Amino acid sequence: MATVINPAGAYTAAFRRLAARVAATQPDWVTRRRQRAIDTFERLGFPTTRDEEWRFTNVTPIAETEFVPAGDALAAGNPPAVESFRLPMATAELVFVNGRYASALSKVGSLPPGARVESLASALTSHASELEQHLAHVAEFERQAFVALNTALWTDGVFVSVPAGTVLQSPVHIMFVSTGIRQQKSDTAGGCAAITHPRVLVLAGRDSQFSIVESYLGASDGRYFTNAVTEIVLGDQALVEHYKLQAERDISYHMATIRAVAASNATFRSHSIGFGGALVRNDVVATLSGEGAECTLNGLDFADGTRLVDNHTMIDHAKPHCSSRELYKVILADRARAVFNGKIVVRPDAQKTDAKQTNKALLLSEDAQINTKPQLEIFANDVKCTHGAAVGQMDEDALFYLRARGLALRDAREFLIHAFAGEVLNKMPLEALRDRADAELLRQLTRSGAGR
Amino acid sequence: MLTIRDLHVRGGGHEILRGIDLSIDAGEVHAIMGPNGSGKSTLARVLAGHPEYEVTAGDVRYQGEDLLAMDPETRARAGVFMAFQYPVEIPGVNNAYFLKAALNAVRKHRGQDELDAMEFMSLVRDRMKLLDIDQALLNRPVNEGFSGGEKKRNEIFQMAVLEPTLAILDETDSGLDIDALKIVAQGVNEMRSPERALLLVTHYQRLLNYIVPDVVHVLTEGRIVRSGGKELALELEEKGYVGLEEAPAARA
Repeated sequence: MATVINPAGAYTAAFRRLAARVAATQPDWVTRRRQRAIDTFERLGFPTTRDEEWRFTNVTPIAETEFVPAGDALAAGNPPAVESFRLPMATAELVFVNGRYASALSKVGSLPPGARVESLASALTSHASELEQHLAHVAEFERQAFVALNTALWTDGVFVSVPAGTVLQSPVHIMFVSTGIRQQKSDTAGGCAAITHPRVLVLAGRDSQFSIVESYLGASDGRYFTNAVTEIVLGDQALVEHYKLQAERDISYHMATIRAVAASNATFRSHSIGFGGALVRNDVVATLSGEGAECTLNGLDFADGTRLVDNHTMIDHAKPHCSSRELYKVILADRARAVFNGKIVVRPDAQKTDAKQTNKALLLSEDAQINTKPQLEIFANDVKCTHGAAVGQMDEDALFYLRARGLALRDAREFLIHAFAGEVLNKMPLEALRDRADAELLRQLTRSGAGR
Repeated sequence: MLTIRDLHVRGGGHEILRGIDLSIDAGEVHAIMGPNGSGKSTLARVLAGHPEYEVTAGDVRYQGEDLLAMDPETRARAGVFMAFQYPVEIPGVNNAYFLKAALNAVRKHRGQDELDAMEFMSLVRDRMKLLDIDQALLNRPVNEGFSGGEKKRNEIFQMAVLEPTLAILDETDSGLDIDALKIVAQGVNEMRSPERALLLVTHYQRLLNYIVPDVVHVLTEGRIVRSGGKELALELEEKGYVGLEEAPAARA
């Protein structure tokens, strides 16, 4: 069992303050779900490395830090980083600064009839019944401490609902920007940091199609913790292309769960690109709950220094004739560490399942490290499931070949790193984001000297 | 242009080259022939700067400079080009993009302006015709999925684009059928010029029917045991390498 580490009951206290503030405005069902979530969190406590799911990821730095709600501690403002991360072609762009919706920085253009993109807090009153049906019902929190914490303490986020048969030609962009709290010399070891609990709920109606981009970025050198949960519900034949670009500051913490459920013949594609954070954990869980559903989970992370990035994915093949494709890659420099755990469950009646999982790591230093584990649980007999993992260093022969044609060692290394990353990035249909991720990777390599 | 003096090289725990002396002038074509394991590919790779070898003695001067002191990219920019025996497949790196970066690195070193995409493409189209290279090959990842012949042609195509001063062809003929060999030879012959030197490393005489050398050297067990004119290649074809070890080493 996990040990409860909860500095001064800070989360319980935060919960009481939040409950008192929103009691009058939020529906009763929200109050009840929050209560159940905080009870769960108090029971679970933070996970420890004795928990199999957290064996290689020690969250003590989070457990021992006293976090204060970012929105209470920090001004909203207009951090300059916002402008450089905008997607000019977006149908709607919602910006959150320190967890609070910044309407002046956001824009929602004209949407097709029935389509909704708005702040989750405001949707609580305008679309209460849709929210009641799905919010906190898609992302389970009974055994997920961080999801429970988010469910108890979220203050805002985004509600996206696209009705049946509707196609959004350009993406919905959500930006979560944190400025963090600057450390004072007088701070104790654990110090004080800001926390946000971004929450996103996406409802994709039958035959709808659209893309959604979540960008997470840090805008100053302050410390903070982002604890995000995204729930996505796909109706029959719906297609959702979900992108996540995580560019948090290197001293920040980032824990996130993306939980998707796909009905018959629906297609869910997740592209998770991560460049920042001292301690990062992504749980991407997709349930293929209808026949013929498909999902693609792709990921690319870069970590240097002593950072840790942990990707846990789970694809639940619950019905027959579903297929899944998964490609996770990580580039590690210095003493960075990565964890990949890819679970694929094939339920007893999920015959004709076709699942393929690949995990590759490129280690740029002798001291970098990855723990990778495929986890296949197959209860049907007529299925095709393959998995593969490869851990390697820079190909010396390729490096020499490029240099022998005149490329500087640094450029040759950069070419090969980009080639490695390209396999994931090139699968992202949204070109603007592909270019951005590519540029961000280059910036990270240059900054860290990992390309040298 | 190239002067090698008493070159000793170790690799994989063995002494592979045991005192090579060789001198090549601008405008000349030299061929190095030898049986498998004689060290001829090692010589080519050492000249290109492959990190897996250790030079234990000797000296290599290229245009008066200490070649061995240069890293591989500096050699390439200074005009040394080695066509690989086994061109490396590099998934994810676009052939054209790579070649443009290489050409611009070389041009920059020569004090020339870098070429933009348009200028590069017009140069490349011209050279593609010479080597019968398909446009599609240019847009694929470097050497990935290329046939053996395509890889070798791609090497000579790169050479035609980069216009080196000293070109070293490491068994470019191996694995080529006669038609491909003729195309490659034609491409190489087009590159012959009074300012350029060529060093052909080969096991078989066949290549030398199409690229006629000025000097032929025979390498066995890490030493040049004989040097002579192009007729030496024919003699080898007839008698084989056996027995050459005892013959007195001639210096080119």
